[in-house]
Amino acid sequence: MQTIGITVLAISSITGLLALLLSIANKTIANYGEKKITINKDKELLVDGGDTLLSALMEQKVFIPSACGGKGSCGYCKVTVIEGGGQFLPTEMGYVTPEEKAEGVRLSCQLKVREDIQIQIPEELLSVQQFDYHVEFLKDVTPAIKHLRLSLPEDEVIDFKAGQYIQLLAPKYKGNDEEVYRAYSIASSPLDEKAVELYIGYVKDGVATTYVHNYLKEGQKITVVGPYGDFYYQEGDREMVMVAIGTGMAPIMSILKYMHSKKIDRKVTFYFGARTREDLFEMETLEALQKDMPNLRVITCLSKPTESCNWDGEQGRVTDMLKKFLENAEDKEAYLCGSPVMIDSVIPLLMEKGMPEERIYYDKFE
Amino acid sequence: MIEISPWIIFFASIFTNNMILANFLGMCSFIAVSGEIRTSLSLGQAVTFVLAATNVLNYFIYHYMLVPLGLEYLRFIVFIVVIAAFVQLVEMIIERYFETLYYSLGIFLPLITVNCAILGVSLFMIIRDYNLIQSFAFGVGSGLGWTLAIVAMAGIRNRLKGAKIPKGLEGPGITLIITGIMALAFLGFSGIVQIQ
Repeated sequence: MQTIGITVLAISSITGLLALLLSIANKTIANYGEKKITINKDKELLVDGGDTLLSALMEQKVFIPSACGGKGSCGYCKVTVIEGGGQFLPTEMGYVTPEEKAEGVRLSCQLKVREDIQIQIPEELLSVQQFDYHVEFLKDVTPAIKHLRLSLPEDEVIDFKAGQYIQLLAPKYKGNDEEVYRAYSIASSPLDEKAVELYIGYVKDGVATTYVHNYLKEGQKITVVGPYGDFYYQEGDREMVMVAIGTGMAPIMSILKYMHSKKIDRKVTFYFGARTREDLFEMETLEALQKDMPNLRVITCLSKPTESCNWDGEQGRVTDMLKKFLENAEDKEAYLCGSPVMIDSVIPLLMEKGMPEERIYYDKFE
Repeated sequence: MIEISPWIIFFASIFTNNMILANFLGMCSFIAVSGEIRTSLSLGQAVTFVLAATNVLNYFIYHYMLVPLGLEYLRFIVFIVVIAAFVQLVEMIIERYFETLYYSLGIFLPLITVNCAILGVSLFMIIRDYNLIQSFAFGVGSGLGWTLAIVAMAGIRNRLKGAKIPKGLEGPGITLIITGIMALAFLGFSGIVQIQ
């Protein structure tokens, strides 16, 4: 009995002593006091020194994308450090290219805030937040496209502009052993601030799309980061030309719904292209919007209609439709959304028709 | 107490009783970090420093605390805790006050908190009943021996970069085979000095 007592006492006192020593060291040696982080030469944050830059920024609600949670294994959390931050670390070597290194790019999860630091991050990241949504519904709108509605917990709202996108965190699942972020445009109106709707097309071997199509179920939780993007509705009264193919309809839908609820009565022509009739979706929603918005015109075209499509509408690609229907382009502004191929062929066409380049807004789905 | 000159222990722990090549201890960081000569040299320095220091520290704790209390059987847990706490403390100090040292050595310290070579050396010291000076020589020698092995391995692996290695043997596989061959080569030293 006595031996047990002595053993416990000895072990406790040794570990206790060491713990005491380490806590004192943590409060004195590892305490760097308050340090200042200056973001984009403008915003100044006071943080406790000694933490990594990533967690210091997170504590101040500045959300830098990070998939691995600061382990230094995803390489997403890059920031440009202008001043401070110490030397480049070997742990950053695998993720920062020599060119980036020369510009001062660092992994924010590796460098520690031990002095005042000046950093440069994209302006849009300052309004980015992380949300824990749950899947309200998830349904097929075409064989390859799923329509998701994600809703927020009671006391949270998301503030975004019509046309912007969020990033969805695809977790690990069977066949995928790393977490990844993938970007999807929001299809719901920004006035509906309790939820976001997304259209997610299936991509063969796509990590996030496979997750959404095969593993995600209604009621499940999902992590979303955002909003991002400089593609959004521009105030004004110019006539609008909107062009989208496939899931590119999402941000356009968001803009249209926004205009609908705000009763904005601008003239809009929406060119929507798909391959076959099977690939068309949300046509009823568009029709319903059209009823309330007399100035909205929707031109739907199929590029490869088959016999079974029974299609008597327009045939061809969106570029053909623009050639056919678009007039007085010089007074209008354009919103393009979809594959890079589509956008790269539509922009020169619009410019040829006289539309100034600065009035062409686009979002390429890579 | 056994009568061996600390110098003999020092040289023996580098060449004939090398931690990696004779005892195969501390293999995890040896395999993982032996890709480049510079980083392995830094890691080797860190290991040597921690080995020398914790060995002396554990010597005092064992002989002046555990033995008088009759708690020798607690040495495993006590040594591990002491090593971990010591490494963490040293890391904090280096990070704060020795910036250049931190960048060359400090970031490797967490890697060796649980390096089995370090616990191994502390335990051998007890088993072989070394005195303080012998323990210190043993710690420093083992550290240098470990450094020698990992730097040599990094050199060999650098040479192997262009070599065609069967797919299944790439990385750790070929490293283990090379370690085995290196161990055989070091066996050639065994006639020079010997400790047990």
